[in-house]
Parts: sequence; structure tokens; C-alpha cells
Amino acid sequence: MSFIDAVFQYGFLQKALLTSTMVGILCGVIGCFIILRGMALMGDAISHAVLPGVAISYALGINFFLGAVLTGVLTAIGIGFVSQNSRIKNDISIGIMFTAAFALGIVLITFMKSSTDLYHILFGNVLAVRPSDMWITLGIGMFILSTIYLFYKELLISSFDSTMSAAYGLPIKWIHYFLMTLLTMVTVASLQTVGIVLVVAMLITPAATAYLLTERLWIMLYLAAGFGVISSVIGLYFSFTYNLPSGATIVLVSTFLFIVTFAFSPKHGLLWRTLKSKRKKKALVH
Amino acid sequence: MRGDIFMLSAITVRNLNVSYHGNDAIQNVSFSVSPGKLVGIIGPNGAGKSTLLKALLELIPRDTGEIQMNGKGISEIRKHVAYVPQRSNIDWDFPITVIDTVLLGTYPNLGIFQRPKKKEKALAYDCLQKVGMGDYANRQIGELSGGQQQRVFMARALAQQADIFFLDEPFVGIDVSSEKAIVNILKELRDGGKTVLVVHHDLNKANDYFDELILLNKELIGVGEVEKVFRSEILAKAYNTQFPFLKEMEVQM
Repeated sequence: MSFIDAVFQYGFLQKALLTSTMVGILCGVIGCFIILRGMALMGDAISHAVLPGVAISYALGINFFLGAVLTGVLTAIGIGFVSQNSRIKNDISIGIMFTAAFALGIVLITFMKSSTDLYHILFGNVLAVRPSDMWITLGIGMFILSTIYLFYKELLISSFDSTMSAAYGLPIKWIHYFLMTLLTMVTVASLQTVGIVLVVAMLITPAATAYLLTERLWIMLYLAAGFGVISSVIGLYFSFTYNLPSGATIVLVSTFLFIVTFAFSPKHGLLWRTLKSKRKKKALVH
Repeated sequence: MRGDIFMLSAITVRNLNVSYHGNDAIQNVSFSVSPGKLVGIIGPNGAGKSTLLKALLELIPRDTGEIQMNGKGISEIRKHVAYVPQRSNIDWDFPITVIDTVLLGTYPNLGIFQRPKKKEKALAYDCLQKVGMGDYANRQIGELSGGQQQRVFMARALAQQADIFFLDEPFVGIDVSSEKAIVNILKELRDGGKTVLVVHHDLNKANDYFDELILLNKELIGVGEVEKVFRSEILAKAYNTQFPFLKEMEVQM
């Protein structure tokens, strides 16, 4: 049976497709701000730091969304606290804090549940998306997209020139932590599609691909969302057809898109750059 | 006498103390600047020049001190103060065009959910023309030379339509014609009654560019009109070294 027939026939596949499309959009959009603010490592950290929160939520029987946001934001605050109050640099602080949170999460989950759950949380299992998960993802998605639409101006200026933003009175610290909150929400939304370990790829790779193609932030946002969606859908196709973990196939598709762009992007691509500098050299010789 | 007592000063600083992790950066600095002056903040490396600008804007906390601008606290007047940061603090690969960079200058005067409209875009374009960069509107900012980038940031400050302008080392690493263009704009602003503070690390031309100087080396060494401050014996106090070339200049002056 072809993938398309299967989508029409199976409800679980429809849910998977809808969820992973939303995740593709969200990761792409948030990812743009993450890479432009030089916080790619932070994205990796926060995505891992939701693990203990998910574990605690399981134990308490509450929605894992709450616990995840809590430990994600706490880790972000911890990272900032250590680097601002000592000679420890930000990347070192990130390395310490997120591995600690992740290790704690592994211990907690192993105590409470079987290791299959851990495997799904780490690597994703998009074909087991429940209706409630799908609605949560859609809800988070709507919330995040409308926030970014409403605060686009503030996000743009504080990402580009935080000093000027602070000088005219923008609360840049709050914007940072707010973005960290959005980041944890995206991570939670992505848990089932790509899993904790590979969320960072979905945050960074489509955004980086878009970054190579445009000089305008709003175009970059749309492109990154587009690349996210393409990766999710094609990745899901491979996952379904060849019975592979969805997280891995989605990430590989997005990496493929990046490599193609890296080689052939009209302005920043490797090929074009080489041709241009060769032509220049030739022109100088003659 | 112009009756200075009755004139509101543009910037008043009393007993400002700033420290980083217990190390003094600025010690007990007091001064005031009248409106319509072009003021240079000079002093050796590590004298706290940039720190002073940032402390004035409350971008960094101060230990003690009182700061007023146009008779108000900084929180009331922030949006009317344009700040041009050091060029090295900017990511020049950011996906933003020249005209959109200038447009950022209109943001402080827009409400929270408000977008820049035709009026703001026209203003941004005018400001870009004023610095002679109108032809570059759609370039990505990283494609410009250092001097052109600084002019674009000058245009952004103009687009804010501020009363007070703070510039942090605007002339570092830029070409002569851009430097001239920026100085001319600063002088025009001054002539229009605006107050302009410029951190300037190069003593060269300091006496040409500015009406008044604030000479700093953690403490305030001198403040006032250029002729009073730009003297070898006063500069020597800030730089802990002699300036024989200045002696010659003083003879000429």
C-alpha cells in the first residue's frame, strides 16, 4: 500500500502527519531566533533539560507539558546564573547544567517506568500520537505563532541589537527567558515526532538552511517553517515505508536539504562562491 | 552671562559611582551638560568612557549617584535618547537590509503591537538619504564598508528623532569621508538644539570636533569647554604621560 493510501485509511497516520507538520513549522520559526541570537547550544540544552520535568509529570499524573516547561526554564535560569556570577563562560555553564538535568531525568524515569517509555521520549514515536497529544501540539503551535506575530518587532530588534533595545527600555532579560519558555514548549510539542535527542536538529538545521538563502528575517522565518514541514512529511514517509524511527528519518531529510543549499545557494552557496572567486581571479590575469 | 542658573541642563550627573565585581570603573563623577552642545568623552583605555554612557542609560547598575536628563529620570526619557553602540557589538551577518536597520530607529516611538507604516518608512528613507546612503537601501548590512555601516547607524539614530544622542566610539575603523559626514551631521544636530555625547578614544581632532570635553580616567579629570580641558597639563593627569605636541599647539592657539 502506498503512503498516500495509508494516510487516507489510517487515523494514526493522519494524526502523525498533522502533528509533525506543526512541529516542523514551530521548530523552524523558533529555530531562526535561536540561531540568530547565537543560542544553538542553548537549544540543545533546553531540549534535554525537559526530561526530568517529563518524568516528574508522569509520576504526579499531570500533563507532562507543565513539568517540562518548569525544568526547562529552571535550567535556563541556572545557566544564566552560573555564567553571570562567576568566570565560567556561557557554553561551559550550558554543558554543566543540561547534562545534570538530563542525567537526573534518566534516573527518575528509570525509577518509575519501563525503559521503553524512555526510548520513545528520547527518540520519538510519531506513529503513536494520541488525539490529546495532537491537540496539545496544535494549541501550543497556535499560541507560539501568534506570540511571534504580535511581538515580531521586539524579537527582531532585541535579536539584532540588544544594547539599543535595552537603551530604549525593552526588557531584554524577560524577552530572553520568554524565548526560553517558548523553546521548552516547542521541545515538548516535538517529543513524539523527533524525540528529545534530535529536537535540536529540527531547531537548527531548517533555520540554518533558510539563513543561507535570504537577507530578510521574515522571509527566513517562512523558509525555515517550509523546510521544517518538508523534512517532517518526507521523513514520516520514510519512517512509515521502511519502518524506521521517525526522528531519525526527519532529521536526515532536513540535513539533506541543508547540504543541497550549502552547495547551491545563489549567494552563500559553496559552488557559487567558488565560481565567483575563480572568475575574479581570471579577470585579473587577463 | 546667559543666566545659566535659569537654563535647564540637558544632562546632570551627581556623585556617580560604578563598579564591576568590586572593582571601581567610575569614581565619584559629577558634571552637567547644557542643551545644544556637542560633547566628547575622552580618556585612556579602561578609563570607563563606555561605562559612563551605559551607566547614564542605566544599562548597567550604579552603586550611587543621581542622573537627570532634561530634568527627568532616565526611565521617563529613554525613548528620546538615541544610542549608537560600538560597531564591534553588532552581528553583521544578520539577515537585515540597510533600510530595515534604519527603520529600527522608529521602533522606540511605536506602541507595543504597532508596526512601522508608510510614515515611518518614509522617515527612515529620508534619514538614509541624509547620511548619503540612499542608494544602498536594499543591501544586506554586512555588504557595506565600516564607514558605510556607521553612517547607517547614524541614520537609525536620526530616525528616532531623539533629543539626546549617545555615540560609542563612532569613528573607530572608518574612512575619512564617512567620519566627516558623521561629524557634520552631529554638528547639525547640535545646531538644532540637540545634545550629543560621543565617546572618542583618539585625542587627534578632539579639539576640532567638540564644543566641550569630559576627560575621564575613572575619576573626572576635567570637564568644560574644549579650550579649558584640552591642555597638556590636564591631559597629562588623565594619561599619566606628557604630550609635547600639545604644547606646540597651545602656542599656536
